[in-house]
Amino acid sequence: MRHGNPLLAWLTRGYIGLFFLYLFLPLIIMSAATFNDSRLPTVTPWNGTTLRWFGELFADGSMWNALFTSITIGLGVIVICVPTGTAAALLLASLNKKARTFAYALMVSPLLTPGVIIGISTLIFWNRYFHLTGGILMTMLAQSSYIIAYVMLMVGARLQRFDGTLEEAALDLGASHWQVFRRVLMPFLRPSLIAAAFIAFLQSFENYNTTLFVRGLDTPLTVFIASRVRTGVTPAVNALGLILILITVALAMAYEVNRRRKLAATAAAPAG
Amino acid sequence: MSQNVELDKVVMRFGEFTAVKGISLEIKGGEFFSFLGPSGCGKTTILKLISGFLDPTEGEVRIGGTSMRGIGANKRPTAMIFQNLALFPLMSVADNIAFGLEVRGVGKAERRKRADELLDLIALPGQGDKMPTELSGGQRQRVAIARALAVEPQVLLLDEPLSALDLKLRQHMRAELRDIQKRTGVTFIYITHDQGEALTMSDRVAVMSQGTLQQVATPQELYDEPATAFAAGFVGENNRFAGTISAIDGGFAVVDTPAGALKARNHLGLAAGASAIVCVRPERLRLSGTGSENGFIARLKSRSFEGSFLNLMAEGPSGELMVQVTNDGALPAFDPAGALPLGFHATDAVIVPAEAGHA
Amino acid sequence: MRDLYRRFGGGLTTLMVALVVFWIIMLVVLPQLLMIDFSFRPNLPPSKIGGPDDVHSWANYATLFRNQVHLTIFFKTIWASSLVTFITLIVCYPMAYYLAQVAKPQRTAQMLLLLVIPFWINEILRTFAWWIIFAYAGPLNGLLTALGILDQPFRWMSGNGVVIVGMVYAYILFMVFPIYNALESLDRNQIDAARDLGSGWLRVHRRIAIPHAKPGIATGCIMTFMLAAGSYAVPALLGSPGSRWFTEIIYNWFFEGGNWNQGAAYAMILLLLCLFFILLMMKLFRVGLADIAK
Ligand SMILES: Nc1ncnc2c1ncn2[C@@H]1O[C@H](COP(=O)(O)OP(=O)(O)O)[C@@H](O)[C@H]1O
Ligand SMILES: [Mg+2]
Repeated sequence: MRHGNPLLAWLTRGYIGLFFLYLFLPLIIMSAATFNDSRLPTVTPWNGTTLRWFGELFADGSMWNALFTSITIGLGVIVICVPTGTAAALLLASLNKKARTFAYALMVSPLLTPGVIIGISTLIFWNRYFHLTGGILMTMLAQSSYIIAYVMLMVGARLQRFDGTLEEAALDLGASHWQVFRRVLMPFLRPSLIAAAFIAFLQSFENYNTTLFVRGLDTPLTVFIASRVRTGVTPAVNALGLILILITVALAMAYEVNRRRKLAATAAAPAG
Repeated sequence: MSQNVELDKVVMRFGEFTAVKGISLEIKGGEFFSFLGPSGCGKTTILKLISGFLDPTEGEVRIGGTSMRGIGANKRPTAMIFQNLALFPLMSVADNIAFGLEVRGVGKAERRKRADELLDLIALPGQGDKMPTELSGGQRQRVAIARALAVEPQVLLLDEPLSALDLKLRQHMRAELRDIQKRTGVTFIYITHDQGEALTMSDRVAVMSQGTLQQVATPQELYDEPATAFAAGFVGENNRFAGTISAIDGGFAVVDTPAGALKARNHLGLAAGASAIVCVRPERLRLSGTGSENGFIARLKSRSFEGSFLNLMAEGPSGELMVQVTNDGALPAFDPAGALPLGFHATDAVIVPAEAGHA
Repeated sequence: MRDLYRRFGGGLTTLMVALVVFWIIMLVVLPQLLMIDFSFRPNLPPSKIGGPDDVHSWANYATLFRNQVHLTIFFKTIWASSLVTFITLIVCYPMAYYLAQVAKPQRTAQMLLLLVIPFWINEILRTFAWWIIFAYAGPLNGLLTALGILDQPFRWMSGNGVVIVGMVYAYILFMVFPIYNALESLDRNQIDAARDLGSGWLRVHRRIAIPHAKPGIATGCIMTFMLAAGSYAVPALLGSPGSRWFTEIIYNWFFEGGNWNQGAAYAMILLLLCLFFILLMMKLFRVGLADIAK
């Protein structure tokens, strides 16, 4: 601590310790409960260590269905959101200042709208006008309405650093518009497109509030977990949680580490 | 291998603002032609009009006699060297150079061969697999040129390509550019705000100011016979004496100025009664006694010794003056803050019309 | 748009504009507009839709004010969400300040990485973790009875308290990051200068750090409130029938009451509440929309 006050330094340390304990203890307890040989997920009392909940999980067909549903939705969301969000970022950059402010407000508004509202409005509109019933397709549409905004922001951030004369140079050398797009702009945007696809999938995968209203009779993984918790939960859910935690942590670490390395690389690269 | 470029009453407006105000000129095939002018005068705009990134609001651009109206940048026989070079950062040097061939569907082996040839031309043999960021400023410069030449353009457009380089490299690259132009025979249209570059490299120079053409001439003409006060002031140093033409005398005229009646060449054929400016280069002003031709008295303010010559700053009857005296081994002693009698030969000075709009 | 056409030509530009128009019109604007329209219409069997009975009225909105239970839950949702926002702010501000101003860069980077991890894990699982802790036979009761603080296990998940704890946990990052971002740009010298001038520790925060962090605080509060008021997952898992949330009533109108029009009106009220909160924060902290939507 910079303040020379030892009491303050001590308080700070205590606060930070508690903060991280608060952050991680629940996750640790949940993970630990996976291995408890108890019909209910808990760590007290400890009835003995077991791996059988993993077995029960893998034998649970509805879990596999839910996982498959979630992955299908997530991939669909990527397919809708990455091109649309990229187009939105490009369109936004080409508008004049006044139009841009307005369009920007409109585009980020779904991020400031509660998820349940997005689900409800999508359900009403698509059901009443297009007679679509809730399900995988409608879930993709509902989630996309706000995930596109995330993609737009991520791609837009990178686009700001794009040097437009590169496109002019390519055109000048005889490239067609499509060639310019594919050979100059896309390679530049690629890192942000990959990151955006990753984030889009994750957002979709973990969404609950919006999905709940548009899922129809389909059951994605979050809905599956929530309904298990409410109706007869076993540590098999913890096993699933633990697996998801490990996967997301590994991916998150890889993503973060990669991002930081890139950042460091650009900072170290010779200027100009 | 090279075609002429014509601008025909070209006007370019951005909203309310007119960046190019009706320019007509012809650049001959195989010529090294420069546009010279201060920053913001519309040079880049003209280049973009020729390359097709902009379409003129009025008038038209012709290349090889063909109107370029409606022809996109990727369909014109021009190639551009951008002010910031615009090398593709994610492609290797060879891929950069061969990009124009790639988009034309040239095969891989052929592209590689051409890239290697061009790398030889720009004296970077065997460097094709490097990334642009691994090269020095001067090397990147040459890669940009090679990339443009790879598509065998009729006209090469260069937008202040040397401005990012340091002085020494700049001078070296001047010679190199001139050399490449001679060898390839391509029409070069070169943009710069540096008069030294324009004068040393070009066959002809167009001086621009605020979207208008001031003068199109060879470097020598530009220096010795400026057509406007702007050209006289922008190209090299000039001492100015403003006044009114009182008499015409063959190829000469007399201008009444605060420094007295000064006689100078009337190469533009101005009429008596016109407001005019007499321009004399610092090296053409002479230290002389009063009574000599075009003589007047100035007051010495400061001096700086430069070795082969001596610069004197003086306060004349119509403003500040600069005099350059060659060091011939017999420099007179100057009376500090003393009277400085100056004069010049009528053949060493020219008369240009006074500027209408801006002083 | 002209610029886009010049850069990418007709085909690509048309495609891009079509995609964006589809998004904005079909996924954002029209659904919202139709939801508004819908909320003013009566719930009719399909045969009567468009008939003489299908007229706009405030009836669906009036339902809320006539139903004492719903109204109580609505106000409970407001104050509980406000409380969640406030607690989250108190919990997070010191951490954001520590990361932005006190910790060394290396350390900040590590801690940010740690902070991000729970954020990657979905809300349901994070809430489920608290469900385990608070369960009747769970570790909290186990600990408290073992220590002799409680004589017998306590039924935690019967009130609003647990829901609030779960929400604070779920939305911590939406508060830490905006404040951290705002404080990061605060010049350390300003703080040193203030301390040098004899300013106490509290005053440094009150006069320098907090004013500087305003846009971040506003953003954090808006995000947290919106997420809390609009949450379904946390109250559904941690709540009890006695501690229902407004979103649960909306859900019931749709999927149990089968009255979408009524549900739309309630959803509109929730949306207006969030809008009102955004405006309140903008006014309170004197920040513009551009500062928030970053
Ligand atoms: N796209 C544009 N929109 C508006 N004004 C422009 C645009 N491009 C150039 N200008 C203006 O036109 C003038 C000439 O610009 P430019 O040709 O780039 O000058 P130079 O290259 O001689 O420095 C400048 O005042 C500049 O601000
Ligand atoms: Mg320029």
